Amino acid sequence: MDLIRLKNVEKKYKNGVTAIYDLNLAIEKGSFTFVIGGSGSGKSTLIKMLYREEKPTRGQIIVGGLDVAKLRNTKVYKLRRKLGIVFQDYRLLPKLTVYENVAFAMEVIGATKEVTRKNVLRALEEVGLKNKVHNYPDQLSGGEQQRVAIARAIVNNPKLLLCDEPTGNLDPERSMEIMKVLDNINKTRGTTIIMATHDKEIVNSMQKQVVTLKDGHLVNFKKKGTYIDENN
Amino acid sequence: MRIIRMLGRSIRDAFKSVIRNFSLSLASISCITITLIIVAIAVMASFNVQNFTKEIEKDLTIVIFLNNESTEDDVARVEQELREIPNIDKSSITFESKQEVKESMQKESEVFDTVLNEWSEDESPLKDTFQVKVKNVEQISSTAERIEKIEQVNTVRYGEGMVDQMITAFSSIEKVTYGVVIALVIVTVFLIINTIKLTISARRREIGIMRLVGASNFTIKTPFIVEGMILGLLGSIVPVIFTTYGYLAFYNHFDGYLFTQLIQLIKPEPFIYSTAGIVIVIGILVGMVGSAGAVRKYLKI
Ligand SMILES: Nc1ncnc2c1ncn2[C@@H]1O[C@H](COP(=O)(O)OP(=O)(O)OP(=O)(O)O)[C@@H](O)[C@H]1O
Ligand SMILES: [Mg+2]
Repeated sequence: MDLIRLKNVEKKYKNGVTAIYDLNLAIEKGSFTFVIGGSGSGKSTLIKMLYREEKPTRGQIIVGGLDVAKLRNTKVYKLRRKLGIVFQDYRLLPKLTVYENVAFAMEVIGATKEVTRKNVLRALEEVGLKNKVHNYPDQLSGGEQQRVAIARAIVNNPKLLLCDEPTGNLDPERSMEIMKVLDNINKTRGTTIIMATHDKEIVNSMQKQVVTLKDGHLVNFKKKGTYIDENN
Repeated sequence: MRIIRMLGRSIRDAFKSVIRNFSLSLASISCITITLIIVAIAVMASFNVQNFTKEIEKDLTIVIFLNNESTEDDVARVEQELREIPNIDKSSITFESKQEVKESMQKESEVFDTVLNEWSEDESPLKDTFQVKVKNVEQISSTAERIEKIEQVNTVRYGEGMVDQMITAFSSIEKVTYGVVIALVIVTVFLIINTIKLTISARRREIGIMRLVGASNFTIKTPFIVEGMILGLLGSIVPVIFTTYGYLAFYNHFDGYLFTQLIQLIKPEPFIYSTAGIVIVIGILVGMVGSAGAVRKYLKI
């Protein structure tokens, strides 16, 4: 079954730049997908449209049964509760501890203290940070901070995890740790993961399905793929 | 249950934010305080004006003198015509014949008694009179004019011309006061909009993350709106004290009358409490409207 379906999606920014041209794509539930392509190829734009940060100028986007393009501003939170998002720059709150940062995602949707506690500890265990719950973000390494961000993204048990260059700020070793965490989440929780990256090593070693974009066009969709360098 | 927990969180956050942005909060609170003091003065003044306008109106009578030669038929006809004037309170129409006037004046003083007795029926300056009250005092002069046109009516007198001027003055004072109050409230709302905008901008990162993780707009907005209401509430403390003690002191200083016995002040209790209530409600509303405006403009949600 498809969790995500895009039909004739086009995104033209207000300044006239077209970031995505006529994109058709279906992503199966439980899959792990890389979105690759050169700088400016439209990876982030695609991810942003999936969590309704940007609206497509044309076409239809269905995420978990929600018609994202038609979703009203006041209802966006309903989509956001179905998915988790991880960015290159972690986006943690510096004045909150690791535990509080993850719990924050549950508090603002009105979860009870007990459920919050249970879910937060489980998520932190999954990312291997159970021993750092009381640390503040500036007391953690980049890789650890990113793992907190991942814990926060999965704490509400979303069906979908979107990652935009989650390893962009990390060295190869830390990057592989993050990939292991993500792969584990995909396998044990069955969470569908879509990850934009331009890290060849990662894509080649993970052997997942790959969506390749070039200047806003879909040029390749492989079920088990490696990084295609469109420049050669 | 969930709403209560969220509201609790909002109130806690709002107090934190008020303290964190203390200097800015203080500016807003002071502005609200000044506005509310003026609002309180305006409210108390306008209620008092309304009160003594009503008191004066109660006593304000039009006296209608008929011609000397008026007959009983004339009297009946005039009364009928008076009844047909809409602004006249029908139940207030009273009639005194020449004879009755004479008797009541004679009773009042001996001088009158002797003088009046020297006049014969025909030379007597006394006239048949009607007394009527009007429903709307502001239209008293046009009503008087209409009465003057009735046949056999000689002269029409009411309140020496001073009263209706006084009432007109009062009502324009009231209008000016309302204007000033509205202007001040608008200025305060804008000040609060700016304060809340700054606290929003200090928490932009947090709000961004809240939106990412699926907080509803209601959840995001509520703390700021609660914060605005708290600013309003804090701003109304001094005005409430001012209202209650200030009016009490004012009332006692003037012994309940302003300048003349004619202008009677409203008794402090329960007047000061209802005014204090009005001041608090206005304070909270101003804070709420200001912050709702800021949230809407700034968060675009
Ligand atoms: N907010 C925006 N307004 C206008 N144009 C934009 C905006 N965001 C992106 N673009 C343009 O859209 C195109 C695609 O950008 P996008 O960020 O999706 O690329 P990307 O594949 O994520 O690149 P990178 O690998 O550098 O992150 C680019 O030409 C970019 O300049
Ligand atoms: Mg990008």
